[in-house]
Amino acid sequence: MRFAARVEVRLRPGIADPEGATIERALPALGFDEVADVRAGRSFRFELEAADEATARRRAEELAHRLLANPVIEESTVEIEALATGGAG
Amino acid sequence: MAPRVGVVVFPGTNCEHDVVAAVASLGGSAELLWHGRDDLAGVDAVVLPGGFAHGDYLRPGALARFSPVMAAVERFCADGGPVVGICNGFQVLCEAGLLPGALQRNRHLRFLCTTVGVRVESERSVLTRGVAVGTELRVPINHFLGSYVCDPATLAELRGEDRVVLRYTENLNGSVDDIAGVANAAGNVVGLMPHPERAVSDLVGSTDGAVLLGALLDAVAGARAA
Repeated sequence: MRFAARVEVRLRPGIADPEGATIERALPALGFDEVADVRAGRSFRFELEAADEATARRRAEELAHRLLANPVIEESTVEIEALATGGAG
Repeated sequence: MAPRVGVVVFPGTNCEHDVVAAVASLGGSAELLWHGRDDLAGVDAVVLPGGFAHGDYLRPGALARFSPVMAAVERFCADGGPVVGICNGFQVLCEAGLLPGALQRNRHLRFLCTTVGVRVESERSVLTRGVAVGTELRVPINHFLGSYVCDPATLAELRGEDRVVLRYTENLNGSVDDIAGVANAAGNVVGLMPHPERAVSDLVGSTDGAVLLGALLDAVAGARAA
């Protein structure tokens, strides 16, 4: 089966995030006074083949842990979605 | 024979010739090692120089650690071979897990290109052997991701084992505990953000980098004589 994966990588709580802090400081000037706790991160999308959703998730989490995120300073979350394998040619 | 220093070149490395020239000016012999090779040509010491290995894509050092040469560098480190990572090379060593911690964006998102003061904090490393603790040096820095971070347990370990090699006397990038350079437990692997190879001539304003690179060459010569 084919799955779509989305991995979100962000800094661990407690690790200084100067990018998020800078964005947050700029927001009042745009009228967004109610926004707080801005954290910057990045998102990766890819597709993968796997026997089932649990396997796809495990492989995507492994990839996130070993390459996409640096576990020393970052954490990641993985979302998996089965792609329709429609019979239509 | 002069100590042979291998200077690893990844695609995007740009400080390799500075290191070669600095080593040569201090009586060593340096040669470039392309990242695609899987051996170290029998050199006595390895320098991972500054630059933007693999374009710094994903994170600095994140892709460089998969270059074929890094397996040989890992074996060399494990065998006690002297390895120094400067700036981007420090980032590569951290990503490869050969040194603890990580380099994060500078405080205030400021790109720093200036000369700073650093203080030698340990004589245990291959880059500071024989250099008195407390020695203050003026060495250039040139980085955006140079703020050293690690968890409190790692920091306690680094302090307890005398592995903080250099501290900034003026901490511009926000590094935890003013750390400018650290070593592994054995002291043969060292990473630092400042560029000693850019401070080996009065023409460029400082010769203090020669203290560090000279100590490395002395350590290599001493190890070969032993």
